[in-house]
Amino acid sequence: MFKKKKRHHQVLPAFGLSMGYTLVYLSLIVLIPIAFLFIKAAAISWDDFWSIITDRRVLASFQLTFSTSFMAAFINAIFGTLIAWILAKYQFTGKKIVDAIVDLPFALPTAVAGIALTTLYAPNGWIGRFFEALGIKVAFTPLGIMIALIFIGLPFVVRSVQPVLQELDQQYEEAASTLGANSLQIFMKIILPTIFPAILTGFSLAFARALGEYGSVVFISGNMPLKTEIVPLLIVTKLEQFDYVGAAAVAAVMLVISFILLFLINFWQWRISKKYETV
Amino acid sequence: MNKIKSPYKINRLNFNFEAFRKGGLIGVALAFLALFIVVPLIAVFTEAFSKGAELYFASLMDPDARSAIKLTLLVAAIAVPLNTIFGVIAAYAIAKFQFKGKNFLITLIDIPFAVSPVIAGLVFVLLFGSQGFLGPFLEANNIKIVFAVPGLILATVFVTFPFVVRELIPVMQEQGTDEEQAGRILGANGWQMFFRITLPNIKWGLLYGIILCNARAMGEFGAVSVVSGHIRGLTNTIPLHVEILYNEYQFSAAFAVASILAMLAIVTLFLKSVVEWKTK
Repeated sequence: MFKKKKRHHQVLPAFGLSMGYTLVYLSLIVLIPIAFLFIKAAAISWDDFWSIITDRRVLASFQLTFSTSFMAAFINAIFGTLIAWILAKYQFTGKKIVDAIVDLPFALPTAVAGIALTTLYAPNGWIGRFFEALGIKVAFTPLGIMIALIFIGLPFVVRSVQPVLQELDQQYEEAASTLGANSLQIFMKIILPTIFPAILTGFSLAFARALGEYGSVVFISGNMPLKTEIVPLLIVTKLEQFDYVGAAAVAAVMLVISFILLFLINFWQWRISKKYETV
Repeated sequence: MNKIKSPYKINRLNFNFEAFRKGGLIGVALAFLALFIVVPLIAVFTEAFSKGAELYFASLMDPDARSAIKLTLLVAAIAVPLNTIFGVIAAYAIAKFQFKGKNFLITLIDIPFAVSPVIAGLVFVLLFGSQGFLGPFLEANNIKIVFAVPGLILATVFVTFPFVVRELIPVMQEQGTDEEQAGRILGANGWQMFFRITLPNIKWGLLYGIILCNARAMGEFGAVSVVSGHIRGLTNTIPLHVEILYNEYQFSAAFAVASILAMLAIVTLFLKSVVEWKTK
């Protein structure tokens, strides 16, 4: 049995060669450099490490990064689902262009997005002046950071939810409708439970991306320590002050958080795809 | 007569409500997209031309801008092929064979997507910088990686690492191994099988991955910013040049250079849509 199985897999050539190349390249470019970052962070004592990452400025930047990322991902979860809905369910003129434009944040370099958003939301900018009239400052505040994070995170939710909505079997909605359900009930009880895992995946992807985002935020945030300094910027600041150990320590914490999110998201998607395979 | 009329009426009312709701939802969604995506894109071009076309073209012809464009093209010309070759080989190994730990391997490949670009730059500074693990060795041999072009390339390879392979794995999995097996049985050698069956079958997926990989390689900011050292004319890519101009309050020039990247983004989206349309 074992032999037969093995022979079956070896019909195609060069498994060892391609797998070997994959592992070597992956190790050289990704795994070894990251391992050295952890070694650098581990070179200091636990007490020193703890005092670096519980420094007031570091904690403030973590709090800011997490709260703005969470809010941005939350807003994206709502509007991203809405955009996925109109793209999957409705026909309208210019739909192809709208569909393409959703991916602009993937394609537009973050620095370009950053300076464009800053110019728009500055107190004298096209959009900023309206908020200014209401007494709200957007650029150079946490609100500005959130706007940049909404921009970069939007496609993640749309692209997670859209395919699920497109494949949604119409017959359940029709059955519910025949049984007297109104459209709100149909949405809450049939559609939402089906697309919720996809929304959550999109939310997590947008959130994970927002935690590490630098280019689009650095211009609009104003970069004031304790107030509008995000974690990636703090790492850059520490580097510029030649505080390599401090930079490595903060980065190590961020990396662990990113890894946990990545494993959760991949495990989740793997579970979902397994579920659909068996159905 | 009434009996026939009333369902018609209800139906028409329903239809109107549907249309109303559809219009409302489309309106809100498009307004959100316009505000967050279209307006910033328009702003780039308006600001770029705000001081006239003459300054716009002068900003692009500036020697520092031209060397930034050249460097960006050089970095992409090295990073994209490296990750394309890796992408094809890794996707072949992952999609065409069964082995334990496949999902774990895919997650490892995803790491650069999850890591902050700043941290991507930092790992290479810690490895190759003067304070880094290999710093003394590199200095003794007079090799410069960080604050030089090799560092820019390494950081770009890191951040664009998963693009091609992640695009190809599902395409190759869907195609299965039947055609390759048939080819082998009919006497094709490994190379013939690869170039006549495997590669033609994935060409659109491959192109898609390359387009996305290239867009990120040319536009990367955070990782490249950390390893570049911002040496004008030497280690400045286009996004870094935009940052320098912006921080010097040369807003029109900054947006003029940024408009090249915005056009690259538009071309990328267009090509992406063409490929999507071709594969449908």
